[in-house]
Amino acid sequence: MGQVDSVQDTQQNLPESSSPLKTQVKPGLFSKNKKKAPKPPVQGGFWKRLSKQKALLCMSIPFVAWLIIFKYIPVAGWMMAFQDYKPQFGLFDQEWVGLKHFKDLFNEPMFYRALENTLGMGILGLVFGTLSAIAFALFLNELRFVALKKWTQTISYLPHFVSWVIAANIVITMLSTDGFINNFLEGLGLIDNPINFMAEPGLFWGIVTAADVWKETGWNAIIYLAAMAGVDPQLYEAAKVDGASRLRQMWHITLPSIRSVIIVLLILNIGNLINIGFEKQMLLGNNIVYEKSIVIDLYALDYGIGMFRYSFGTAIGIFKSVVSVILILICNGIAKRIGEGRVF
Amino acid sequence: MKKKKWTPFDIILTFFMLIVIVVTLYPFLNILAISFNDAVDTARGGIHIWPREFTLANYQEIFGSNDRLLQAFTMSILRTVVGTIAGIIASTMLAYVLSRRDFVFNGLVGFILVLTMFISGGLIPEYLLIRKLGLINEFGVYIWPMLLSAFNVIIIRSFMDNLPPALEESAKMDGANDFVIFLRIIIPLCLPVIATIALFLAVMQWNSWFDTYLYARGNEVLTTLQFELMKIIDNANISSGDINNQNAQVIAGQTSPQSIKMAITIIATAPILAVYPFLQKYFVTGLTIGAVKS
Repeated sequence: MGQVDSVQDTQQNLPESSSPLKTQVKPGLFSKNKKKAPKPPVQGGFWKRLSKQKALLCMSIPFVAWLIIFKYIPVAGWMMAFQDYKPQFGLFDQEWVGLKHFKDLFNEPMFYRALENTLGMGILGLVFGTLSAIAFALFLNELRFVALKKWTQTISYLPHFVSWVIAANIVITMLSTDGFINNFLEGLGLIDNPINFMAEPGLFWGIVTAADVWKETGWNAIIYLAAMAGVDPQLYEAAKVDGASRLRQMWHITLPSIRSVIIVLLILNIGNLINIGFEKQMLLGNNIVYEKSIVIDLYALDYGIGMFRYSFGTAIGIFKSVVSVILILICNGIAKRIGEGRVF
Repeated sequence: MKKKKWTPFDIILTFFMLIVIVVTLYPFLNILAISFNDAVDTARGGIHIWPREFTLANYQEIFGSNDRLLQAFTMSILRTVVGTIAGIIASTMLAYVLSRRDFVFNGLVGFILVLTMFISGGLIPEYLLIRKLGLINEFGVYIWPMLLSAFNVIIIRSFMDNLPPALEESAKMDGANDFVIFLRIIIPLCLPVIATIALFLAVMQWNSWFDTYLYARGNEVLTTLQFELMKIIDNANISSGDINNQNAQVIAGQTSPQSIKMAITIIATAPILAVYPFLQKYFVTGLTIGAVKS
């Protein structure tokens, strides 16, 4: 051990002693762990350095300005939720009304329907999305036939790259009364008359979840496959010597090895549970299934922009942010308690 | 490696993967077949992955006699090209500034960027901002709001962090300034990651429809292929309680036949299918690097 350490020491010292110039700029790049890398030694005072870095300053100013305008000003717009916003006046010349819009929000039955749908589809998507991605990655990882493995992988993330407009069009076509699914079920003799899937409110959550699984499983599996590629092969050798079958190897070695990746992704996704968006619901929904398809973002769109209730719509946005922060803190706390990887 | 025996397990796995392939591809092939099938014949149903009465009429209808769809196609291409180039310039420049740990404002700029990943104003404040900026019904609404994404900048920066620093230093000793170093040395070395991000940006631009729906509905020149397709879907759900509905009906006219709709879907899908096999190997590594580092 001592020998190894000393070799590493001399290697680390080499650049410093042989070329002092090199270490003055970006010593962080020499060390593997960038977070622990020391800050570069400062040369000259602040103004002297600044005058040398005019080009960098010019290259960053437009983008900092962009970030402030397009990302930070909308956050300042949160003030609207506590005002009776009228577009003809400035943000600071509005009438302040306190929590009025939040009270209105919590008194609207439609809000609870939107919340229920958002969480319902969010949880279904999270559970089935995660399970299908892990299962797909596990099976793909075990596949011996290399050519098939490549082809399956390439094809599996193809749907990720098409828009939800196209995906929704595909789903509606497949599920139409003369579409593939109805033909298939009739062919098997399971149903006598075609089912109008898109007009069944009870099926809407399931259709959205299935469409999501179809579109994103392959893409979501990439990260799990990358984690599986990093598993120490010696573990499998040892398991083989002990006579473990491949199913047992998957269960006892592959899955535990990627557990921290699964948990980190779960935490991130649970934090986003309420931010499931609106694209799928807007494109697949119609007025027959409205009660099951309205989600919080669509609600904000219809009631906020559609009815010019800007302050009310902003209050919905704030509610969403608060819920997602609470969710992520809870998950992080749970992860900490069971001693697994956490996000922060 | 020695050849191993195929167990029942392998056969089940292979069979499972074949099912995955069929389930993924069948819908696309089905739509392709319908798009090449005679529109009247399609109404009889029962077309799977091969057209029954082959015709190019649906595509001729779109490119020949329908000015609005041709317009939409051109606009989709234009916004994709301009948006991708602008996005690449912006994200590589900012990533380079952030990769320079000696930059005096490095920490501040990095903080301002990363914080945007966690906070967002939400739909209504963003809508009002776009309106205040006068971007409604302007081409700029496709470019400006999507110029930068913190995630892309971080991926490019982590790629730049792994470049050999010696190249940069020798250029500096030759008297090149930071901008010249960026243009002449950093950009050429970053081409693999730029290709990845360019693909992401191009797909995002090509697939966008909601910005047209929300901000550019009043300007027919700005219509896009995805938006036209969205209107057709919306038309099929004609009585939905959507705020846009009457408007969509007026613009899109009567409900299109199934075959025309599928031809538009294929045209909206084709460019992605055309580029993605070539860039595929890049983006998988790009994504894993980005995911692991951030």
